[in-house]
This record gives sequence, structure tokens and C-alpha cells, in this order.
Amino acid sequence: MSAAQGVLDRLVTGDRTALARAITWAESADPRFRAVLTGANERVGRGWRVGITGPPGAGKSTLTNELISAHRAAERSVGVLAVDPSSPFTGGALLGDRIRMDGRTSDEGVFIRSMASRGSHGGIARATVDAVDAMDAFGLEELLIETVGVGQAEYDVVGAADTVLVVLCPGAGDGVQALKSGILEVADVLCVNKADLSGAERLAADLEEAVSLRDVEPHGGWVTPVVSCSAGTSEGIEDVLAALSLHRTWLEDGRLEAHREARRLAQVHRALAEAVDRELWEAFGWRERAVRLLADGAAHYDVVADLIEELRVQTRTAAGGGASER
Amino acid sequence: MTERRIRVLIGKPGLDGHDRGAKTVASVLRDHGMEVVYTGLHQTPAMIAEAAAQEDVDVVGLSLLSGAHMALFPRVRDELTARGKGDVLLVGGGIIPHDDMDSLEGDGFAKLFGPGTPTTDIATWIQEEMEKRFEREGEEA
Ligand SMILES: Nc1nc2c(ncn2[C@@H]2O[C@H](COP(=O)(O)OP(=O)(O)OP(=O)(O)O)[C@@H](O)[C@H]2O)c(=O)[nH]1
Ligand SMILES: [Mg+2]
Repeated sequence: MSAAQGVLDRLVTGDRTALARAITWAESADPRFRAVLTGANERVGRGWRVGITGPPGAGKSTLTNELISAHRAAERSVGVLAVDPSSPFTGGALLGDRIRMDGRTSDEGVFIRSMASRGSHGGIARATVDAVDAMDAFGLEELLIETVGVGQAEYDVVGAADTVLVVLCPGAGDGVQALKSGILEVADVLCVNKADLSGAERLAADLEEAVSLRDVEPHGGWVTPVVSCSAGTSEGIEDVLAALSLHRTWLEDGRLEAHREARRLAQVHRALAEAVDRELWEAFGWRERAVRLLADGAAHYDVVADLIEELRVQTRTAAGGGASER
Repeated sequence: MTERRIRVLIGKPGLDGHDRGAKTVASVLRDHGMEVVYTGLHQTPAMIAEAAAQEDVDVVGLSLLSGAHMALFPRVRDELTARGKGDVLLVGGGIIPHDDMDSLEGDGFAKLFGPGTPTTDIATWIQEEMEKRFEREGEEA
């Protein structure tokens, strides 16, 4: 029996170390992950995925911890995938989200995994969706994806989640910042955390206003609710849960299939882009060709045009069978 | 073709309330390109082992200044083994007398680092050890 088959068998029978190993394979682009996921594919899609994003320090992890508690109280199992940034210089990372979810480590119904962003710039890692798929196949019901602290333009989590929860807090810019950054558009639910601090009410009012001024609803008729809470003191969590649950009901009312199909398609597109890049750039010798052309003084657009032309010629040759071979 | 990175968990078992040392080591390991999960203060051996299992780390580093290492370190090792993680590279550091270091090293710990060990040496040691392990795994695969 292959190692992948062993992990697959153990994954579907609830062995947590098998889930942990599958995620490691996903992260390290180990081909065994593909074998595991293929085997578990029909088990994927049962969990509900909530992406939790927002600026650094807004309270994403603290709120995640509160959401875990609430789901556990309702006897739902929970998987958490928490992403922190990798250093662009050394590639190392300090993964600290877990500290805020400390009390949950010994709970059998909770599985928490930290992940470094490893050169991805969209707020999640290349392997994040794969890892959440593995948690889903394992049978975890509530799947929470915490992104790295985002700035103004890192919203890949939209393509990874059913519901996107944006967490903001007073002191990290006003409503104008939020308007500018596009964070309002990605939010299915907007949450002002740290309601115990001054400025929270103002921020919530600004956000309400911004949402109501919107000319085009980015989510096909869903009106983004604004809720406030204090994750640090466990206050207002039920309002956050209620808003999340409303969005879920709304999606499940005939909209979920299209939503998930778009997600799966994006997954294919991304994996394909990676595979094509790997095949052509390394295996097909494009890197050497590019090096040669650059050394001959070509501008980079010309190098790209040359490579694409080469690809066209090759595909035509392949399509025309052996006939056109020189 | 895999993109393996060294994953480390730094844990502080027991009641000792000083985590400066642990944080320093965590950030130096990060600077050496490792991915470091830091779990914070006041962890039970079971919590450290369970986190190590979920995170599927290659290395577990324990830090303890309270003097309770002979009671706590072996318990972490047992909890790791109980979760099928007996094969992690297990290291420790803190204020630990030489005799205790020897006895732990003969007892499931790969290496104990005494007080004053330059953190860079710790990082280099882990890197070299993990390179050997990754190489061995590569041969087996
Ligand atoms: N006053 C107040 N502080 C809070 C609240 N929630 C979280 N905090 C504090 O805010 C800080 C950041 O909280 P985290 O939960 O780590 O924030 P985060 O968004 O996960 O941070 P990153 O993952 O680093 O981007 C911590 O010091 C928390 O204790 C709250 O409701 N009120
Ligand atoms: Mg966090």
C-alpha cells in the first residue's frame, strides 16, 4: 500500500495525524497530496467555509477563537486554517495566530493549523484552499480561514470561502480608508471589533453609511450587514454569528451551487497556471531560452512574444500530427 | 519535486512565566528561514504534543526556566509518542544542569542547549540535522 493510500484511509476514518500529514503534502507541493484529494474528492463540499480577513491586529484570531467556542457549544466540529506572512527575505515565518486559540488545543472537535503565506500576496497561501479541502474531507463542519493581516488589496480569500467576514477596529483608519481599499466590496459581513474602545461606534456608522451609499451591490442583492463586537471580552459574538448565518441561509437559497462552481473553476485556473508555468518554464526549457534572448539584447515583451509564438508553433505541430514535422 | 520547509514548534510547558528566551529563539529560527509556531505560556505537555501533531512540525523545542524540566520534558516526549509523533526532532533549552542534559539526551531528546548557547548555533544545529533527515526521507521515497 502506498503512503498516499495509507494517509487517505486514515484521513477518512478520522485520524488527525493523517489530516496533518495531508496538509503538509499540500503545502510542500508533494504529488502525494493529489492522490489523497482525488480519493477523498466526493467528501469535499460538506463543510461551510468562512474567510476571516481584515487589517493586522484587528482581532481576527481573537474573534476566531470566539467563533470556535460558539460552534462547539452547538456541538459542531471546527477546522481552522490560520495564515501568517512569510518573510520575503528569509522565507521564514512566525506563526502566532494559534496563541489566541490556546484553550482549544485539547478539544477533539477542533483542528487548528497554522500556515505561512510562502510568497503568495493575496492574503492566503497557495495551499490554503487545498488544506481546507482536506479538513472538509476529514469531516470538519465549520471551516474558518484566517488570512494574514491585509492592507488595501489582498483578497484571495474571496475565492476560498462561502462567506467573507471582514474584521475592522477603531484606530486603524476611518471609513474613508475602508471605502478606498475595496474591503467593503469583498465583505459579506462587516464586523467592527473592539467595540469597547472609543471610535467603534463612529466606525460602525461610517461603514453603515458606505454600504447604504453603494450604487451597485457587489453580491447580487445581498446587503452587507454591519455588526459590532468585542472579541476580547466575548461580547456581541451572537450578533456576528447571526449575520454569518443569515448569509449562509441566503446563499443556500438557490445560490450556493453557482458560488461554489465559480470557486472550483478558479481553483482549476490557478492550479493550471502553476502547472503550465512549471512545465514550460523549467521542463520545456523556456527559462534558458529567455536567458539567451535577454543576453541578445531583447526587451522583455519581445522575449514573451517569442516564447508565446514558439508555443503556438509547437501546439500546431502537435495538433497536425507528424505531418508537419520538419 | 517538493518545496519542503523546516517547521518548528516552540513550547513552554509548565508554570514558568518568562518567555523572552523562547521568543528570541523563535525569531532567530524564523530568520534562518524556518516556519515557527509559537504556542505561548503555560502549556501542558498534552497541549504541546497535540499542537505539534496538528501542525505536523518536524522539530519541537521546549524552553523551561523553572527547574521542572526533569518532570515535564519526558512527559512531552510521551505525549508526542502517544500521538504518533515520536519521530520529531526533540530539543530543549533553559537552565538545565549538565547531568540532566546527559540524561535527557539519552532519553528521546536529540539535543539540550544550555544557558548561554548562542541562538545562531541552535539554528545552525537544527538546520544541519534536518537536512540529514530530509535527505534520508528522499532516499526512502
Ligand atoms: N480592546 C480590545 N482588544 C482586543 C479585542 N479583540 C482583540 N483585541 C486585542 O487586539 C490584539 C490583536 O488581536 P489578534 O486577535 O491577534 O488580531 P489579528 O487580527 O488576528 O492579528 P494578526 O493575525 O496579527 O493580523 C490583541 O492584543 C488582542 O488582545 C477587543 O474586543 N477589544
Ligand atoms: Mg491573527
